Amino acid sequence: MSLLHAVFATADSPSSASSSPWHFFGYFLDHRSQDLSWLWTHTWLSVVPVIVGLLIALPLGWLSRRYGWLYPPMVSITGLLYTIPSIALFVLVPPLLGLSSLDPLQVPIALTVYSVALLVRVVADGLASVPEEVNQAATAIGYGRARRLFAVELPVAVPVIAAGLRVATVSNVSMVAIAGTIGMSNLGQLFQIGKDLSTPTAYYPPIVLGIVLCVLLALVLDALIILATRLMTPWRRAVPAK
Amino acid sequence: MATGGAGEMIGQVFSWLTDSAHWRDTPLDTGITTQLLAHIKFSLIAVGIAGAIALPLGLFIGHTRRATFLVAGANALRSLPSVGLLVLLTVMIAPHFHGRTDVGFVIPTEIVLVLLAIPPILSNTYAGVDNVSPAVTDAARGMGMRGRQILFGVELPCSLPLIFSGIRSATLQVIATATIASFVPLGGLGRFIYDGLQQQDYPQMIGGGVLVAALALTADMLLALIQRLVVSRGISGRFSKSGGAAADAVDAAITRAEVAPV
Repeated sequence: MSLLHAVFATADSPSSASSSPWHFFGYFLDHRSQDLSWLWTHTWLSVVPVIVGLLIALPLGWLSRRYGWLYPPMVSITGLLYTIPSIALFVLVPPLLGLSSLDPLQVPIALTVYSVALLVRVVADGLASVPEEVNQAATAIGYGRARRLFAVELPVAVPVIAAGLRVATVSNVSMVAIAGTIGMSNLGQLFQIGKDLSTPTAYYPPIVLGIVLCVLLALVLDALIILATRLMTPWRRAVPAK
Repeated sequence: MATGGAGEMIGQVFSWLTDSAHWRDTPLDTGITTQLLAHIKFSLIAVGIAGAIALPLGLFIGHTRRATFLVAGANALRSLPSVGLLVLLTVMIAPHFHGRTDVGFVIPTEIVLVLLAIPPILSNTYAGVDNVSPAVTDAARGMGMRGRQILFGVELPCSLPLIFSGIRSATLQVIATATIASFVPLGGLGRFIYDGLQQQDYPQMIGGGVLVAALALTADMLLALIQRLVVSRGISGRFSKSGGAAADAVDAAITRAEVAPV
């Protein structure tokens, strides 16, 4: 076992045999192209399901706001989906949808399900947060139903919806890493490598690198959503806070 | 073709789950019953410790409005990837334990589970106490109640719905992460998922997923039931047919305190 480890360690990291946790940057430099390609897949897998989820959740959220009786069942069903642990949903998606086990689509589909489950309620509550006077004013100056929705209600609901998008995106980053443990190719692989190389003694660099990259990715995506929200809601900056 | 394959797979998963041999321990394999009990044990210990830390702390912070930075700090923990934390602590701690015990894997797992369970309980308890209307606490003070009486007689019962929603999401988080603990490796229902994957025994892997989902749903339902018994009907608004303003306010507060998912 230790021989295997020695072979692996030398084959994998010729110039960086140090196992210190602080050596993660050197590890990154030694395996740059592999790590960057995992980072790229990880980003893609964290962002796309949220966007698809939002596109599905917008009409569903609008419907459950428009027809009040739809809201309680919608919230119960999405809450139920949200209860299922991600690793379980990953392995349950293929048989339920008729995909082969370990299909590359199983993770994005499962993550989209979570995003929809979170965002339907957020969109409905966001639309409900629009003050009634604002809607009446829009109707009074001649806005039709559709134009009022897109030009008034959705923009005013942006802060609430963005808060939901932040939760969905940050938790997606962590759940994608979980998909790495069942063999999906993303930053979660770094934890698999770290675990495999730690058999006789701990080998920290890939593990610490994985945690650092995941946290950085979550922070950057979170900051991007905050920035986009600021750009989309200029009126919130024009008025000094009460 | 594709749907036929899926139907066949669902049948195989069903027969894996209903085969009583899979539920019993054999000299070679640990059965479902034992792994289920192990999973419940890990989860109960973690939620118990996290609750013992986060509940009093949240009540204290909410009541005195001191040290609110602790809540923000605990919430920052949420962006850490749970698998990474699990692997990091395991390779750090496990080599210090030798022999045939699994203590070296149990300790790091429990630390991670407790770390993940604290933020939802802490922030919801704090938000619950913080959300109690000042008019209510003023009325209690006007009736002659003292600080401690207000905390346990007024603020705590009023914040129970939010506290329960925190405990429920902490429990789900713990059950989910305890599943991943099988990756490091430890017992629990996750064993079937990771063993099934390794042996390309997909009915076992998917059966494990079904068991984990069922455990999470059952735990959440049990906690909802306890919540129904414990929370005063005056707060949950369950005696008026239309819900009532108080219940709407509580629902809105729960939405605001929306907790990070598993």
